[in-house]
Amino acid sequence: MQEKQATIYLDNASTTSLDSKVLEAMLPYFKEQFGNASSIHALGQTARVAVEKAREQVALFLNCKESEVYFTPSATFSDNLAILGVVRVAQKKGIKPHIITNVIEHPAVLEPIKHLEKTGQIEATFLPVYQEGIVKVEDVERAIKSNTCLVSIMQANNEIGTIQPIDEIAQVIGNFRGPKKYPLFHTDAVQAANYLDLNVEKLGVDLLTLSGHKIYGPKGIGVLYVKQSTLLEPIVFGGHQEAGLIPGTENVANIVGLGKAIELVKSSKLKVQSLRKLRDKLIDGILKEIPQTFLNGSREQRLANNANISFKGVEGEALLILLDQAGIAVSTGSACSSGSLEASHVLMALDCGKERAHSAVRFSLSKNTIEKEIDYVLNVLPKMVEHLRKISGFKV
Amino acid sequence: MYYSKTILKRFLSPKFMGKITKPDGVGNTQNLKCGDVMKIYLKVSKKQGKEVISEIKFETMGCGHAIASTDMICELALGKTLEQAKKIKFSDVALKLGQMPPQKLHCSSLAQYALQQAIFDYEKKHLKPKATPKKN
Repeated sequence: MQEKQATIYLDNASTTSLDSKVLEAMLPYFKEQFGNASSIHALGQTARVAVEKAREQVALFLNCKESEVYFTPSATFSDNLAILGVVRVAQKKGIKPHIITNVIEHPAVLEPIKHLEKTGQIEATFLPVYQEGIVKVEDVERAIKSNTCLVSIMQANNEIGTIQPIDEIAQVIGNFRGPKKYPLFHTDAVQAANYLDLNVEKLGVDLLTLSGHKIYGPKGIGVLYVKQSTLLEPIVFGGHQEAGLIPGTENVANIVGLGKAIELVKSSKLKVQSLRKLRDKLIDGILKEIPQTFLNGSREQRLANNANISFKGVEGEALLILLDQAGIAVSTGSACSSGSLEASHVLMALDCGKERAHSAVRFSLSKNTIEKEIDYVLNVLPKMVEHLRKISGFKV
Repeated sequence: MYYSKTILKRFLSPKFMGKITKPDGVGNTQNLKCGDVMKIYLKVSKKQGKEVISEIKFETMGCGHAIASTDMICELALGKTLEQAKKIKFSDVALKLGQMPPQKLHCSSLAQYALQQAIFDYEKKHLKPKATPKKN
């Protein structure tokens, strides 16, 4: 609720808290070092150095060249640039381009593709993900055509945390591509960055999206890794910044923050095992203590911090509000909270029925989550579910 | 999503939740789009020759606004004659709850429909139907 500050924050797939080391790194660039990174004078050059240092930090993390790292205003912008930018170049070949994606992508990927399809500019294939929430490599293989210019498959899903076989998909694409330029392979790695290996060489991707605020960095900053910039055209026009691909004065403080945040991911990755243990305690505790509860998406191929669970006979938003009253922040895929009255497209794609989507709650842990917090959730949750089932008349 | 204090209070401790074991009328309705389900149970007794709602309970599988809406419509309908109760509109519910976000108005309209269905069910069993419920 708006009056009460959440004390147990389990909504880290929505956004993470800013790491204090990140904040510290950012602070000088708001006031003392306010220069424009494009200015020639000393103030400008200090800002430039800071931006380039962040680029180096990102390049190190992705195992790529610094010239392949582009800063964007958001991950949504990165996804749009990857898709629209590639299509603009591909269209010049005189063939209607084809894009392959899947049904559980983030709207930042799905919507530009749907827009291009609706306006007759491309052909699109939306692959299924089955009950486990995972794309089948052979489906990608079957879908590739001679006019396929781009395959866009997220590394890990934001709602159910399922991990896609990116390196295997890259291999299939590589086999088809041979010495040709297309298809290119894009992955939205926004949710994966904290937990998985994002070495672009190993993954075999041509384009990769990152976000600042999912890795304990600032909001309003993203990255697009671009292997070959000649295969991409800008989608907005202006100055020469980011090699003309993303015009607009660099957001120096945010760029510095993202660089620092990405540097810190390495140390937080050491804690992934203990985080997974906590998450497993939460999942097992709920499934064991509360009857008629179900985990959505694959248990094994899943990010270490994600638990997405349906509580039969309970509507997700109602449970969210009860949890919020107890100081626990989560999110839901329920239609009630979507604004459009449509249940989450991700949960609906799992083919488990509308009711299960309607009763789903996502718990996403962070590097700061402690066992005491999970114990508290497991302590208060059964009574809340019982209360709501009493109201709904659901008999276990 | 905004939850006003009134709605929160109703949602956290609804006054009319539950089931009537031998109801005179039951309304069972579902919003096919969002998936919310509402049930309203009625007991009707005669008072000075008029049929009056003497007991009312609900079961709702839905969000806080849906639960608060059903609870409020039960309160508005209790003690009313069937003719009066039929005239209760979703806007009356929303007005009573105060500060209902526009995207949640359909919750109160589902509650109106559930009540009308319960009355219709009673009339079907006990009298000749006078009117079919209209969905708003």
